[in-house]
Amino acid sequence: MSTAAIIGSVSGLALTVAGVWGGQRLIEQRSPGQIWKGLTVLLLLGASAVGLLIPVPPLPIVNESIRNLFFHVPMWFSMIMVLLVSVWYSIRYLREPSARLDVLAHESAKTGIVLGLLGLATGSVWAKFTWGAWWTPDPRLNGAAVAMLIYGAYLVLRGSFRDEQQRARVSAIYNIFAFAAVIPLLFVLPRLSGPSLHPGQTGNPGFNQYDLDNTMRQVFYPAVIGWILFAFWVTQVSSRFVLLKLKHDEN
Amino acid sequence: MLREISTLLAKDFRLEWRQRAALGGLLLYVGSTVFVCFLSFSLRGGTPPPPAWNALLWIILLFAALNAVAKGFMQESPGQRLYYYTLVRPQAVILAKMLYNTLLLMVVALLGLFLYTVFLGNPIQDLPLFVANLLLGAVGFATTLTLVSGIAAKAGGNGATLMAILSFPLMVPMLLLLIKVSKNALDGLDRGLSQQSILTLLALNMIVGATSYLLFPFLWRG
Repeated sequence: MSTAAIIGSVSGLALTVAGVWGGQRLIEQRSPGQIWKGLTVLLLLGASAVGLLIPVPPLPIVNESIRNLFFHVPMWFSMIMVLLVSVWYSIRYLREPSARLDVLAHESAKTGIVLGLLGLATGSVWAKFTWGAWWTPDPRLNGAAVAMLIYGAYLVLRGSFRDEQQRARVSAIYNIFAFAAVIPLLFVLPRLSGPSLHPGQTGNPGFNQYDLDNTMRQVFYPAVIGWILFAFWVTQVSSRFVLLKLKHDEN
Repeated sequence: MLREISTLLAKDFRLEWRQRAALGGLLLYVGSTVFVCFLSFSLRGGTPPPPAWNALLWIILLFAALNAVAKGFMQESPGQRLYYYTLVRPQAVILAKMLYNTLLLMVVALLGLFLYTVFLGNPIQDLPLFVANLLLGAVGFATTLTLVSGIAAKAGGNGATLMAILSFPLMVPMLLLLIKVSKNALDGLDRGLSQQSILTLLALNMIVGATSYLLFPFLWRG
């Protein structure tokens, strides 16, 4: 491993930790938070508009569909981010149980599921127009399907308990266990399994391998930040709604 | 701790031996699925092609493992659990259960492979690697399924269905690696090709074992 690669992974890790920490702050925030919500709207609209308008490098086969990069990839990034937040809430729940932490973990996981389904949909359309099929036996796609199955199972598990405390505890345990057992492999397996249709897949599938030119980067990074903030915003709204309902039921 | 584990392990073996119906059912399950495979392939002259051979073996083992582990926590009554809780540490319970399931699944896997080769032929070219991979698979199945069976037992009611739903997505990545290595062993490819997958499998088993060890006390407290 070269020093550049090490610096890259360490800073990636630091950014992720910072994202999870900041994400919790944003989700639990109860002041209006106009600044970051305005920024989210600005980034999402701006990145979408600019992403559709800027000239892109004419690569073979991919052609204009490369613009999907500004939608498809950020969805996966934000999914991983919000699922990490969910796992962190589950860990906190096990340390000091409270209905509030359970609601937060559940709502974050639900946001992650929505983003994952969006990522699958955009990826599927992209695959149809570039690889010629809606679904291919690609390690990345298998991984995405497994992740969706896990969180589907998480919802089924929650549904099969009557007792609220037990539901909260057992589903927190499953959330942590499933995440620890599978999500790391979603990053390892594509690197192990030979050639793939995803760009830059053999060897290091990091996105330096994309034939990103610099203008595309300038749109891609804001889009990623925008989508991650959007995921936190959605979670904040839905968890506020559920917590209010809980409070209303108690009175 | 070690004494607690060995006592619990001995208890599990003794229980298994006293309720031989469960063990017999498991062996009969493996035997009859293999026989059904044999019957369906004999319609078109003998043994299946190696990829089908490989896929079927792992499917049989997966379902046998699911059935074998599922009864572990479910057959214990809440009163029994409370009794253990007063006697031993939860860590000892999960370790003993994982160890017991590992041994059980290793026996089932080896027996399954034996029956399978008797009925459906033996296209394996690198037997030591294949068997090592099979045993590694048994360890992986046991460690993953043990905690999941504990979770499913808590939900009560439709425990077996719930267990399948909860555990299949967790086992897909592991199965992918196992099937890849066993395909390499089947084709007699150079062992260096399988090295990385085997290391990943080992690391995965350790992660799963460690998280089970950490999480089980919380599951038990209820």
